[in-house]
Amino acid sequence: MNFVRFALRRVAEMAATLLGASFVIFGAMYLAPGNPASFLLSGRSASPETLRALNAQYHLDAPFAVRYARWLEQLLHGDFGRSITYRTDVSRLLADRLPATLLLVFMALVLVLVGGLVLGRIGAVRGGAVDSTILITTALAVGTPSFVAAVLLQGLFALRLHWFPAGGTGDGLGQLLWHLTLPALALALYLIGMLARVTRGAMLDVLGQEHVTVALSRGVPKRRVIGRHVFRNALGTVLTTGGLIVSTLLVCTVLVESAFGVGGIGQLLELSITTKDFPTVQAISLIMVGLFMAVNLVVDLLHPLVDPRVTYGSGRSIG
Amino acid sequence: MSAPVSPALLDTAPVLDIRGLRLRLPRTARPVLDGVDLTVSAGETVALVGESGSGKTLTSRSVLRLLPPGAVAEGRISVAGADVLTLTPRQLRTLRAGTAAMIFQDPRAAINPLRRIGDFLTESLRLNTKTPTAAAEARAGAMLEAVGLPPALLRRYPSQVSGGMLQRVMIAAALMGEPALLLADEATTALDVISQAEIVALLADLRTRFGTGLLFVTHDLGLAAALSDRVCVMYAGRIVESAPAGALFARPRHPYTAALLAATPRLDAPQGRLDAIEGQPPDLRTELTGCPFAPRCASATDVCFERTPAADAVPGDPAHLVSCHHGDRLEGSTGHA
Repeated sequence: MNFVRFALRRVAEMAATLLGASFVIFGAMYLAPGNPASFLLSGRSASPETLRALNAQYHLDAPFAVRYARWLEQLLHGDFGRSITYRTDVSRLLADRLPATLLLVFMALVLVLVGGLVLGRIGAVRGGAVDSTILITTALAVGTPSFVAAVLLQGLFALRLHWFPAGGTGDGLGQLLWHLTLPALALALYLIGMLARVTRGAMLDVLGQEHVTVALSRGVPKRRVIGRHVFRNALGTVLTTGGLIVSTLLVCTVLVESAFGVGGIGQLLELSITTKDFPTVQAISLIMVGLFMAVNLVVDLLHPLVDPRVTYGSGRSIG
Repeated sequence: MSAPVSPALLDTAPVLDIRGLRLRLPRTARPVLDGVDLTVSAGETVALVGESGSGKTLTSRSVLRLLPPGAVAEGRISVAGADVLTLTPRQLRTLRAGTAAMIFQDPRAAINPLRRIGDFLTESLRLNTKTPTAAAEARAGAMLEAVGLPPALLRRYPSQVSGGMLQRVMIAAALMGEPALLLADEATTALDVISQAEIVALLADLRTRFGTGLLFVTHDLGLAAALSDRVCVMYAGRIVESAPAGALFARPRHPYTAALLAATPRLDAPQGRLDAIEGQPPDLRTELTGCPFAPRCASATDVCFERTPAADAVPGDPAHLVSCHHGDRLEGSTGHA
């Protein structure tokens, strides 16, 4: 019961935040220097009639509040407006490009979770030289921005070793997965390092707690103690980094998609910003904010399942 | 012995027999445990008393081979016939899951807060024997009832239960494997006075019902007197005096025991000042020659600084052992000056 109320409240909060974000996103584009019409004309001089026609077509002459209200109304009907650059519906553009991005982010997320958790766990449990090696490698990974990782991976595995394609997306799912492997790795590298360090630290923290000694004193095999108590208890800390991980993936996918020529919404966002394609930039920004908030909602909903001391809502027990 | 135990139990071999236990830690000048001898018979309660750092907790943890990293142990610890220090890992797990169990000081820290109480109780049984979950949970419910708790607690989390109840859960967990020996390491120290009394009563009751040997580690002399058949006083890694509880409190033979008693607040003598023991226990980084208590001892003579006293029986009382060159000097003293 409590869960439903908590979820409903959080969804309401999310809608309010999304509304606020939409205002900032819409307003920010108009704070940027330049007039959309002049970008449409791209430097060409135009007669006042053409200018007026353009302004009317894109509603550029209406007051800000009116334009914002009209934009919101369209959004509620699932209409993101028309792209100025591509002369097509933004929703069409997104439908074409969102799957590649989602697949890329998902692949990177799997790499981050598997790589980060496994490395962190090994480092915490094994200690010694193994731990030092993991600490040094993860420090390098954390210090490598995703666009640098992209260039390095491209140079080594695509151009020199020819194991993977250097860019593009290919045809069919198999080809797509193969093409997205290097970009996903570039996207994941920093976060693998980050998550491994967080996991290692959290596990070392739990390892020092008395209930671990108690479990061993009761004859529970070490392996099971690590899994059932140490790793399990460290998951709470790991979960709180979930929002950070996904937001980092969304931000870095812009750079990585551009570097590998992956036709996703990251690359689209970059192109749209350079061409001042306002409706497209606004739509993508709003979708990223929405995705980020959805992930944080899921993290908050999962937290009481991972840690029974955390309860849904304020001060209310779930027991 | 005044223990309310059937004579048949006392005839059996001791459930715990420690002989010459010597434990060295890395980067220390002398062994932190230096020749500890200790026995606990079936159904007997032995209190191990001493200040912080005297080695009492290390002694009880050694019984389960829960040694600090880098520790080197010599001597012999035998629990119900098993030589603890030479067991294989598998045999050690069997010992820990069954024969001997420890009750820890702070139940809040000793029980994983993220797992249900039922999981804590049944974990060792399920993972070490082929006991099905249902059977393990039935036994856990029965053990909860044995310590006076409702079996419904199985579904609860530790954070939903009071500290006193949680220590009962800890005891129920220790009873899960039908142990011959219970080790209680300051098991009541973290509790309020009411819960403390309840836990002590429960431990005394369990001893009579299950015939378990109990090694009760505490710094609380009053508690040791109330609960135990025999008391061992520990100082600087050695047992300096060991006697039936009544004899030890009435006629302490070791100056340290006497000083410890004098430093304990008593309800029947509220007006007196407490006599704190002057000086500090010896540091682990310095070598020791002679009696470890000599620098703080009022009765110390030259011999005390030269030779280490051996544990000798008090004349006429073979159960009263004291390691002091002048063990006869305190004869007749009550320990309260």
